[in-house]
Amino acid sequence: MTDLSRRALLGAAGIGAVAAGVGGGYALGSSDDPPVKPAEAALPVPFTGRHQAGIVTPAQDRLYLVALDMTSEKRDDLISLLKDWTRAARKLTAGNEIGVYGAVAGSPLGPPEDTGEALGLPPSQLTLTFGFGPSLFEKDGKPRFGLDGRKPEKLTDLPAFSGDQLDPAISHGDLVVQACANDPQVAVHAVRNLVRIAFGRASVRYSQMGFGRTSSTSQAQVTARNMLGFKDGTANIKVEERRSVDEFVWVGPDDGPDWLVDGSYLVTRKINMRIETWDRESLQGQEQIIGRTKGSGGPLSGGDEFATIDLKAKGPDGELAIPEKSHVRLAHPDTNGGVKILRRGYNFVDGSDGLGQLSAGLFFIAYQRDPEQFIRIQKSLAGSQNDLLNEYIVHVSTGVFACPPGVGRTGFVGETLFA
Amino acid sequence: MKSLAALGVVSLALVSLSACASEDAAGSKGLTVEATDSSCKVSKTELDAGPSTFTVTNKGSKVTEFYVYAKGDRIMGEVENIGPGLSRNLVVDLEKGTYEGACKPGMVGDGIRQKLTVTGEAAKKLSDSAELKAAAKSYERYVASQTDALIDKTNEFVAAVKAGEVDEAKKLFPVARTYWERIEPVAEVFGDLDPLTDGREPDAKAEGRDFTGWHRIEKQLWVAGNTDGMGTYADDLLANIKKVVAQAKDQPLTALQLAQGSKGLLDEVATGKITGEEDEFSHTDLWDFKANIEGSQAAIAALRPVLEEQDPDLVALIDQRFKELDAELNQYQDKSTGEWAPYTDLSKAQVKKLSDAVAALSEPISKVASVVASSA
Repeated sequence: MTDLSRRALLGAAGIGAVAAGVGGGYALGSSDDPPVKPAEAALPVPFTGRHQAGIVTPAQDRLYLVALDMTSEKRDDLISLLKDWTRAARKLTAGNEIGVYGAVAGSPLGPPEDTGEALGLPPSQLTLTFGFGPSLFEKDGKPRFGLDGRKPEKLTDLPAFSGDQLDPAISHGDLVVQACANDPQVAVHAVRNLVRIAFGRASVRYSQMGFGRTSSTSQAQVTARNMLGFKDGTANIKVEERRSVDEFVWVGPDDGPDWLVDGSYLVTRKINMRIETWDRESLQGQEQIIGRTKGSGGPLSGGDEFATIDLKAKGPDGELAIPEKSHVRLAHPDTNGGVKILRRGYNFVDGSDGLGQLSAGLFFIAYQRDPEQFIRIQKSLAGSQNDLLNEYIVHVSTGVFACPPGVGRTGFVGETLFA
Repeated sequence: MKSLAALGVVSLALVSLSACASEDAAGSKGLTVEATDSSCKVSKTELDAGPSTFTVTNKGSKVTEFYVYAKGDRIMGEVENIGPGLSRNLVVDLEKGTYEGACKPGMVGDGIRQKLTVTGEAAKKLSDSAELKAAAKSYERYVASQTDALIDKTNEFVAAVKAGEVDEAKKLFPVARTYWERIEPVAEVFGDLDPLTDGREPDAKAEGRDFTGWHRIEKQLWVAGNTDGMGTYADDLLANIKKVVAQAKDQPLTALQLAQGSKGLLDEVATGKITGEEDEFSHTDLWDFKANIEGSQAAIAALRPVLEEQDPDLVALIDQRFKELDAELNQYQDKSTGEWAPYTDLSKAQVKKLSDAVAALSEPISKVASVVASSA
């Protein structure tokens, strides 16, 4: 059966959703007009491939990430859930309604298969990236889902870092789904429908919305700013840097386990920012803490945003141009044995706290070949004696997940784990 | 407006369409419509009565629409705004007769029309099915047994309240309510009596009426610790409940309402009991919780022969999920006294587990109504 498209990809064409009285919101051009090339931000990103999409895919503008716990202990339920999710993900990422009858064409007496809030919206470069937490493989020392001996050695909860104030309720999870899109409604729609599919097999542990990607993952992207007002991710691994991507992002054949080859490890950290006190810090102070200028994003050792960082450079006063405890220095590969990670974080605002202060920060996301990469960098940064930025930030959640390789035109996400 | 009006027509026409989610069940008729700027080719023009799925593909350069018209251009189904190169599905349930399929390239004019002839048995009306009648009858018997007990227990509760026996009244409150909560969908059919008997204080205030019913007396018993001034409220409660019961006897539920009621009871649990807001003074929510579940189970039991025939997998899943929910819930009942733990004793994690189990059951139960409709 042909999939139900939420909306024509051709810029001028409307949608079938009008059949339900939902307007497309786009004026229809005369059919004599030349076809309009759709904006890239509206296009689909292929769901299939050697690797899962949403990792080296140029970072979209919006995030909705959800972590779930299995409520069933049956292996069949886990496998059927991954199959059902894969089937839905194929449709969602293509901008189609899920199910056979979609949002409005089914029996009027039954609930619609698709929840419908994305009717009329383009695919918006939606990617859905799935990962498995350590607790999926074993809980209380006992293997689950017949996955005895399948847990990657490196998939263990991250060690405690100095200064962490972790809340277990928003940490960990058996399963994770990272939905990224250029339209938040498209990302929310995808997650909502996947959660609905999971009822009875898995339930939501926590979820997080993010906006304003804080990392550029492609040379074609302008570096975005985080909630501190600084450009973030200037020195990130870019998709075009094939060698860095292979060396630092994908699990290789020699790394093991076999089922995870071409996959990656995802680390999540919710980092609350003490926004109001940061805003009272002087410009110079802010720049010294970060190690870059606030305007251009260039390193304090000189040059524009992309100038090579000179960690040895000294200022006219004879002091290190990039302070010893600045964020950039401590996070720099040269400080960490050459280690890099692919960052893919998003800003968040969860409203205000009871005192009228912004509950905001960075939902940090990084992909790496080995969680040790993140651990090494975070050890350099964490603690009141290290990164100067720690006075203004606090890590409140943590998560580590093994993201299986990509899926082909048949099969399902994570299939290699059960082979 | 046209679209909405048309949808209404489709709704009626689709009553006997199965919404089975299995992909294998899709496109039972596999009809295709090839629309271009100047033609409209329907793969088959002689159709069988029942639901038909048209897959409309626009091979032209203009945005098009596809309609199925009955005599006098009554719209039986439509799919609009099919862009060039796109396909859309239209499911429409047609009885014996002649119809017209119409493509409208450019979305204007009367369209390029094609005659469609539908033969065979017209779909039966929902109310005609003997099985469904039997299901409704079976549930009627359940309601009758519950309403008798409801009146008895409410009588006892009212007597205790009027006698000023606070402890006895407190004991009887959740017991009498059990019978009420089991048949809540019946009570809710009679819109104005439900708020009077089972309404919440903030709603009564917002609607500018006196706070009455179960929860008015509950507040007095648990907050004030006496029954002062409760005589009238107790009498009114009993009178209103008798009215509901009498009306229910006059106007039994249909099988479809029954199916919707089984879902409605779980919605009650998910929105009222899980949040602990139903019995906010007595915290006897778990009594109501269990009663809602039992009521939902009774509705499913009445519909079982129909469901078994139409969708045995769905029944199996529902049975399993009921079992899982019961296992989760029953740990909070004292087996010797039959009393349920106060809702406030449950930890957040325990509430989450109950909520997960209710959600797991609610999903398959939400499909029951369309399955019942498809059995007609």
